[in-house]
Amino acid sequence: MRKSIAMATTAGLALALAACGGGEAAAPTTPAASGSAPASAPAEAKTLEGVSLEVAAKWTGSEQTNFEQVLKAFEAKTGAKVTYASTGEDTGAYLGPRIQGGSPPDVAILPQPGLVQQYADQKALKPLTAEVQKQLDDNYTPYWKELGSADGQVYGVLVKAAHKSLIWYRDQAFQDAGTQPPATWDDLVTTAQTIADSGTAPFSLCGASGWTLTDLFENVYLSSAGPENYTKLSKHEIPWTDASVTTALEKIGQLVGKKEFLLGGSSGALQTDFPTCVTQVYGQDKSAMVIEADFVGTTAEESGAKLGEEAKYFPFPKAGDTEPVVLGGDIAVALKDSKGSMELLEFLASKEGGEIWAKLPGYLSPNRNVSPDNYPSELTKKLAETIISAGDAVRYDMSDLAPSAFGGTDGKGEWKLLQDFVRNPADVKGVQSKLEDEAKKAWK
Amino acid sequence: MTDRLDGPPAPPPVSQAVPEAAPEKAPEPAPVKAGSLGPPARLAIWFLLPGVLLLGAMVIYPIIYSIFRSFYDSNGNTFVGVENYATIFNDSSTLTTIRNNLIWVAVAPALVTAVGLVFAVLTERIRWATAFKLIVFMPMAVSLMASGVIFRLVYEQAPDRGVANAIITSVTDVFGSSDGYPDARPRENDRSPVAGQQGAVVTKQPAGPGKAVLLPLVGVKPETLASAATAKAPQPGPGELAGTVWVDFTQGGGGAVNQVDPTEKGLTGVTVEAVQNGAVKATATTEADGTFRLTGLAPGDYLVRLPESNFHAAFNGIAWLGPALITPAIIGAFIWVWAGFSMVLIAAGLSAIPRDALEAARIDGATEWQVFRKITIPLLAPVLLVVFVTMIINTLKVFDLVFVIAPGSVQPQANVIALEMWRVSFGGGGNQGLGSALSIFLLILVLPFMIINIRRFRRDNQ
Repeated sequence: MRKSIAMATTAGLALALAACGGGEAAAPTTPAASGSAPASAPAEAKTLEGVSLEVAAKWTGSEQTNFEQVLKAFEAKTGAKVTYASTGEDTGAYLGPRIQGGSPPDVAILPQPGLVQQYADQKALKPLTAEVQKQLDDNYTPYWKELGSADGQVYGVLVKAAHKSLIWYRDQAFQDAGTQPPATWDDLVTTAQTIADSGTAPFSLCGASGWTLTDLFENVYLSSAGPENYTKLSKHEIPWTDASVTTALEKIGQLVGKKEFLLGGSSGALQTDFPTCVTQVYGQDKSAMVIEADFVGTTAEESGAKLGEEAKYFPFPKAGDTEPVVLGGDIAVALKDSKGSMELLEFLASKEGGEIWAKLPGYLSPNRNVSPDNYPSELTKKLAETIISAGDAVRYDMSDLAPSAFGGTDGKGEWKLLQDFVRNPADVKGVQSKLEDEAKKAWK
Repeated sequence: MTDRLDGPPAPPPVSQAVPEAAPEKAPEPAPVKAGSLGPPARLAIWFLLPGVLLLGAMVIYPIIYSIFRSFYDSNGNTFVGVENYATIFNDSSTLTTIRNNLIWVAVAPALVTAVGLVFAVLTERIRWATAFKLIVFMPMAVSLMASGVIFRLVYEQAPDRGVANAIITSVTDVFGSSDGYPDARPRENDRSPVAGQQGAVVTKQPAGPGKAVLLPLVGVKPETLASAATAKAPQPGPGELAGTVWVDFTQGGGGAVNQVDPTEKGLTGVTVEAVQNGAVKATATTEADGTFRLTGLAPGDYLVRLPESNFHAAFNGIAWLGPALITPAIIGAFIWVWAGFSMVLIAAGLSAIPRDALEAARIDGATEWQVFRKITIPLLAPVLLVVFVTMIINTLKVFDLVFVIAPGSVQPQANVIALEMWRVSFGGGGNQGLGSALSIFLLILVLPFMIINIRRFRRDNQ
């Protein structure tokens, strides 16, 4: 109980920071870091002595602490001083006014490629220099490079990947029910029924965080409609009223349509936000599964579950012919021409920077030269291997590719309509036509 | 801040030394001498300048620029005329925000004023008035954002976390708690011998005395069964209709469906009824091992029913943060914050009421209620109006409480104009044309009430 209050308070603080917007949200880096720098790397030439940089990203909590360690390594290497500012959940709402006001942070890490396009249109981004592009060519597959580009110009470095085709489960709950991780969608529904019969709620749905619902939809859609349709739908080349969308929504309806499948029913699920749903599975042992990406592992560990023992995952089951692999990722861009910002991007794109980060928990690198051996656990190592080897079948998170008014805003567009769908799963057609209306507005 | 800015420039016009500023008020001094008595008119301009500059830069210019911006599209490049204003009234989500603002204006100011009035009148009569007022006023010292976080917790659905539901559930538990098995339900398939029927569980096949019936249920939480005894298969005696009510789920898997397996647990204390043609012929309660015996039955066919009372779910609190109650819930938080403010203003007005009027009414035989209705309220009317109008302005611009209290999934239902304005301008869409149009719309809504307030202040000053 205390934990949940503490979490809610932090969430509130994060909101407060995001709402205040101004410049002073930066978390102070400890002076000890710069103090220890000369001792640790005496031979390196410190090219950026006296330069101050500001980096904004949406990470808070342990994700923020880990990223700050990477920034410290950069500080130690170059002598620059880097401060971190948390944007809160809605990165666009934080950066928008700062760009408008002419004082953006030097470097921002955008959670959606849609924002790269949006800011490129506003001419707020600085194109990458040849050195950074060389790092990209050396370390990344062309697909990733394309994600950070807009209108043929490369602006961004994909610094962190998220594997979104996973379902995390609590081993004990599966043992109690005597079931095995399912391989197909129908198996998943049967498994859920068995777990419900055993007296445990099968799913914790993070319904208050709309993006988790879009992730669920994307996995089912990629699997049932295939990669071609997925690409078309993500560019709005086929309408949301398409029959393939109907199929996917009906399949989701099999899960969210049953009261006993969701912890707290649909009304409870819609009041549960992202990290809370994970603690419901692992800390409070109230339910068996949570459908979200690899970063669930961090929260699961914080709730006291050991990865690989209590907290396990299985690949998102096939709901059609395709085995779905949906990835998300954060893209670092430079918003100012200031000295040091390109150097920081170069560092983040390099093997060196990637390996420092990889040693910390809760991180997956899209950098193919970062050896999987760097990862702290067997679990992340396997995930990293799938990302690197996945190849053509991989698709990027659809809602993140969409204009953010449609796919990335709380209470609007796809987020809101999928929440409406969870509230009333019978109305598939109604949701589809509303999705199409919203999509038309966003893509005009 | 505006007070301070208005302060310095004020003296010159009043000083009667500037003929242009107050010509009709200064008929006596000879016009020729006026210039030498006070500072010249040019000096007044210098005094006015800081205020004019600051107000111009921070109030006038933004308003004019917003009006200008509201006629352009999201990029600010294309002139779109009144299209943004048309969008406000065509878009269903902005219409929701307008509807919500109307609810706010209709309910919140009146409630805040009423609560403030009640507190003010009551505190006049108690001993520790100052301490009480201090406590009621305290929420004003908390930032609205923090108040929002507090109420987000207060309204949590789970009674072990949300205070509001904790109070409600502990009250309802006094009147009727649940000892049954709210989660228990028949297994969902055609082979199950029982089926749910309007909350009750009924056997599909009739049975007569001397027979055994099985009533397998699933979905009971393992914690509930921790101390339950192992279930036993029914063994009917002569003339008895016997059976077993148990949880047909072997923990850890295995076990045959619809059979009493060795480790499965019986459900104790379940009421069982034998029903014939809709009439209850016998009742029994299950033993610890889940078995029951229905005795004294005439030969014939009976359905065995577990009535709804066995499955009565405990009252789990109210969904404050659900789509239906979210606006009233946030208005509740708003009242908590602002009641102190209105109480302090009204209490000040109350102390200025002439006591003799009240005394006279009492001597004339008026009851306390009559004194309150006919004397206190009319005398307080000017103060009440000020509080009321200020609150209308406050409710029209409400933002923080809605932003923090409403969870993401119900924000569309709780949305208000100010929040929508921020969202369309800076969140996701980045459409500052529409955002500007919304802000102007909000300004137009607030303006009449501002004018009322300013008029009042003017009249009071004269």
